[in-house]
Amino acid sequence: MRAASPSLEFLTGARDQLPILLGVVPFGIIFGALARSLGIPALEAQAFSLLIFAGSSQFIAAGLIAEGTPAFVVVLTILLVNLRHILYSATLAPYLSKLKFRWKIMLAWLLTDEAFVVSSVRYQRPHEGYPHWYLFGTGLALWASWQISTFLGITLGSIVPGTALLDFALPVTFIALLIPTLNDRFTLVVAITGGILSVLFSTLPFKLGLMIAILMSVGLGVLLELRQDAPIREGESS
Amino acid sequence: MTTSYLWTIILGGLVVTYLIRLSFILLIPFERLPERFRRGLRFVPPAVLAGLIAPALLLPEGSWDLTLGNERLLAGIVAIVLAVRTKNIWLTITIGMLSLWIFSLV
Repeated sequence: MRAASPSLEFLTGARDQLPILLGVVPFGIIFGALARSLGIPALEAQAFSLLIFAGSSQFIAAGLIAEGTPAFVVVLTILLVNLRHILYSATLAPYLSKLKFRWKIMLAWLLTDEAFVVSSVRYQRPHEGYPHWYLFGTGLALWASWQISTFLGITLGSIVPGTALLDFALPVTFIALLIPTLNDRFTLVVAITGGILSVLFSTLPFKLGLMIAILMSVGLGVLLELRQDAPIREGESS
Repeated sequence: MTTSYLWTIILGGLVVTYLIRLSFILLIPFERLPERFRRGLRFVPPAVLAGLIAPALLLPEGSWDLTLGNERLLAGIVAIVLAVRTKNIWLTITIGMLSLWIFSLV
């Protein structure tokens, strides 16, 4: 399909984001409701979505907050969880290099897993039309839905009384997020090691056990992968 | 949970997340990153998620519980099997929560 004008590109981007929004909206509602049930006030719960705008890290932060984790450890964990956006930033950077400063800071603001995935298809033909307007459309559609769904969750969450079992929504959501990331044996080894180490180190103060488990299991994954690739990679500059 | 505690996290989370998103669009060329670091990025989400799931299932009250009385472990196993079989996030969450509720009644 050919989109010729900025506004048409914007609308196409927003439209192509729709199927993904079907998955994102319930997720935002769960976040709002869960944050409230964990004792986070409505304003702060909305501020998480408004200002951080990164789903998994918001859930993880809410879980850590509920356990009284020190603020610096929570922020450090948010940093680790969102580190993958570096890949998206790097992938899109060459296409955005000629844009004005205000476009760059705005598109970076809207850069999420979902906007990246949808618009990377568009960026396979970067030289026609206005791909940055398309990216803007996908990003803004997602941002608006995330705010509204969080708000709905906060509102509904204060009506529905919390139950003793609601805290399980977090690990079960994490399971649903984890399984699709295990697409080869390296990621599987990393996940199993991360789980075991996290349990073994769970008595360390400040939730540092989780940080150590993440760093060690990621390091192991990199080592295993480098070792396998070594004979093929030798002499290659990349 | 004080207001200043929450806002430290929100503003800290804002700064680190936005800096990450700006990183290569505005700040640095990607080739400047060491290869090991670049490779490690894709392992972070599975490591974090597994690191959060395992204690929630195995140490439900803060101590080891590998018995059949540990409803969270049983419901977690149901959720894992469902997630592997169906890859459906909503089905996994709904059935996972429902099975915890059922196991807690038994």
